[in-house]
Amino acid sequence: MEGESDPGVVTRGGMLRRTALLVGTIAASSSLAALAPTRAWALGLTTLSQSDGDTLLAFAQTLYPHATLPTAVYALVVKDLDAAAAKDPELATLLRGGTGQLNAAASGTFASATPDARLAAAKSIESTPYFAKVRSTCVTSLYDNEMAYAHFGYEGASWPKGGYIRRGFNDLAWLPNPPTSASPTVGLL
Amino acid sequence: MANIATNDGSAVVIVGSGAGGGTLANELCQKGVNVVLLEAGKRESSATFIQDEWKSFGQLAWLDKRTTSGTWRVATDFPNLPAWVCKTVGGTTTHWAGASLRFQPHEFKARTTYGQIDGANLLDWPLDLAEMEPYYARAENKMGVTRTNDVAGLPGNNNFKVLYNGAQKLGYKKCSTGHMAINSKLRDHRGSCMQLGFCFQGCKSGAKWSTLYTEIPKAEATGRLDLRTQVHVLSVEHNAAGKATAVVYVDAAGVQHRQKARVIAIAGNSIETPRLLLNSTSSLFPDGLANSSGQVGKNYMRHLTGSVYARFQEPVHMYRGTTMAGIVQDEAEFKPSRGFAGGYEMETISLGLPFMAAFLNPGGWGSDFTAMLDAYTHMAGMWIVGEDMPRESNRVTLNTDVKDQHGMPVPNVHYDDHPNDVAMRAHAFAQGRKLYESVGATHTVETPPYPSTHNLGTCRMSADPKLGVVNPHGQTHDVKNLFISDGSQFTTSASENPTLTIVTLAIRQADYIASAMSKQLV
Repeated sequence: MEGESDPGVVTRGGMLRRTALLVGTIAASSSLAALAPTRAWALGLTTLSQSDGDTLLAFAQTLYPHATLPTAVYALVVKDLDAAAAKDPELATLLRGGTGQLNAAASGTFASATPDARLAAAKSIESTPYFAKVRSTCVTSLYDNEMAYAHFGYEGASWPKGGYIRRGFNDLAWLPNPPTSASPTVGLL
Repeated sequence: MANIATNDGSAVVIVGSGAGGGTLANELCQKGVNVVLLEAGKRESSATFIQDEWKSFGQLAWLDKRTTSGTWRVATDFPNLPAWVCKTVGGTTTHWAGASLRFQPHEFKARTTYGQIDGANLLDWPLDLAEMEPYYARAENKMGVTRTNDVAGLPGNNNFKVLYNGAQKLGYKKCSTGHMAINSKLRDHRGSCMQLGFCFQGCKSGAKWSTLYTEIPKAEATGRLDLRTQVHVLSVEHNAAGKATAVVYVDAAGVQHRQKARVIAIAGNSIETPRLLLNSTSSLFPDGLANSSGQVGKNYMRHLTGSVYARFQEPVHMYRGTTMAGIVQDEAEFKPSRGFAGGYEMETISLGLPFMAAFLNPGGWGSDFTAMLDAYTHMAGMWIVGEDMPRESNRVTLNTDVKDQHGMPVPNVHYDDHPNDVAMRAHAFAQGRKLYESVGATHTVETPPYPSTHNLGTCRMSADPKLGVVNPHGQTHDVKNLFISDGSQFTTSASENPTLTIVTLAIRQADYIASAMSKQLV
């Protein structure tokens, strides 16, 4: 698990009009450590409060739990929602209200509740617009970025590398190869 | 490239540049006919295609507002995206996977073969396979379909290896890398497949057939094609004699134009095509142009569809290589002992990580969902394509409460699964699961249908003008110089991916239109 105490780098933009700050460190053992310029990360929020940001981060981790996916990737959900809320006051209101809903459902502070209590709280608000908005944002924010590609082993664009014809499109070796009548060999390009 | 004046009424005007419209345009230009080809989208190219799923979706997909109703799950998960089709030059041939299968003989005679099925509006095609065969052969040659015309099959990828081995365990006999309009060697100035893995995002090597870089440039080279992009057709006009005279369209700057025409052919895919007819009302056609039968927009079909994704102990990397890398055809036959009419194909499919998250189980969350994504590199997948039942109540209508950017009512797409569809999907899911479990799958997911890619039937072909919209040549029963040139013509959906049949019908229709023009019949 990565440490959450080191504030690390703070972007200049974040310093200017910051309403809250989320920070963390990518574990040295993570496959993503090599991708980032520095292991420490920080996300300055411009619209949402510290409480809203902490809640959304914990909510994203509750909805889409991946044991070894760094918190830095979950922070992208908060980043995208904060940016959207900056342009959409109704969304900002929805997200602020959601913090209260989740805290009430967790009978305390959702962000510091036990995993089981968070799961129960999430289930209890499943039919709300807040849940739908955060969940659908998670789907795009969590899995459509270079860190997620690296973590899950998706190789992304293949064109710059000449496709997979020489890079393992048929390298599966734990099953017999089909006969050439069903699957001809690679022809001349 | 031709420059045809808007008041020049001597040309054929085609709406839509995809499999139907793009092919028809080229076939007519090759015969010496002048064509105005109107396309709502922009012109991209292999160079501008993007190997990033969401960015590509934004570049190619038809994203104009639409609404949905009915019990199909798409209406819940994607209420404003009933179909995953394209708004770009080349239409959905930029996005299609390339599977090019001929119909089986009985599929042209669904009503006769399956008998009366309650709640289904089955009808025989006014065509049979024998009449279609020479045109199928021309289409296969044009498109360079593998395992035809001495074009070798494609090499199978890892996803295919899993499918093939599972098929053997289940005793299936018809499994191969199939008939694909993807070059396995250089042909027709297009390169061979580099196993890029982004067939759905537009083929950057051009190995996959698309009208964008085959039919359309060939038509342009004749000097007879006037292609206009980013123009949206609002209505089709006719004269007092009931003959179509012009189309009214709006260009990218919002300026309206009226293009006169000798013949008009509509190929806007099965949602926009009926929408255009329904938006073209007059005292002569109060329910929409060419709609005396009342069948315009009805009998909307979208194929059965569904996917099975399986995870294994060992890696697969299914996303490497052709998306639709192989097929099992044993279940495509009509075997009523299975408890349903019609049949289905099983074809490999793959989604990248971003789309897997969005489509594996739309709305899904929690540890079951994430456990599957954790195994992304160890997944294999198949898509099920089966014949769905035509129903009058499954239809495209105008939603007058919601307007698009041009102020026109948006299409509403209503779909309820027929009990035959439900039974077939249950069978297909079970067979897919067994297939993967036979080669060691530790977990399988039954993924519901994606937004529809195979949109069919909304201006169906019929012998009797009271039962459908067009005759066997796609000519509307009501308006002799108005043709339908896309999958809207399909009387029934059959179990095969529809593009080859759309192209085949367009080639056949071009012969008919050119002949009718030379005889002054239209």
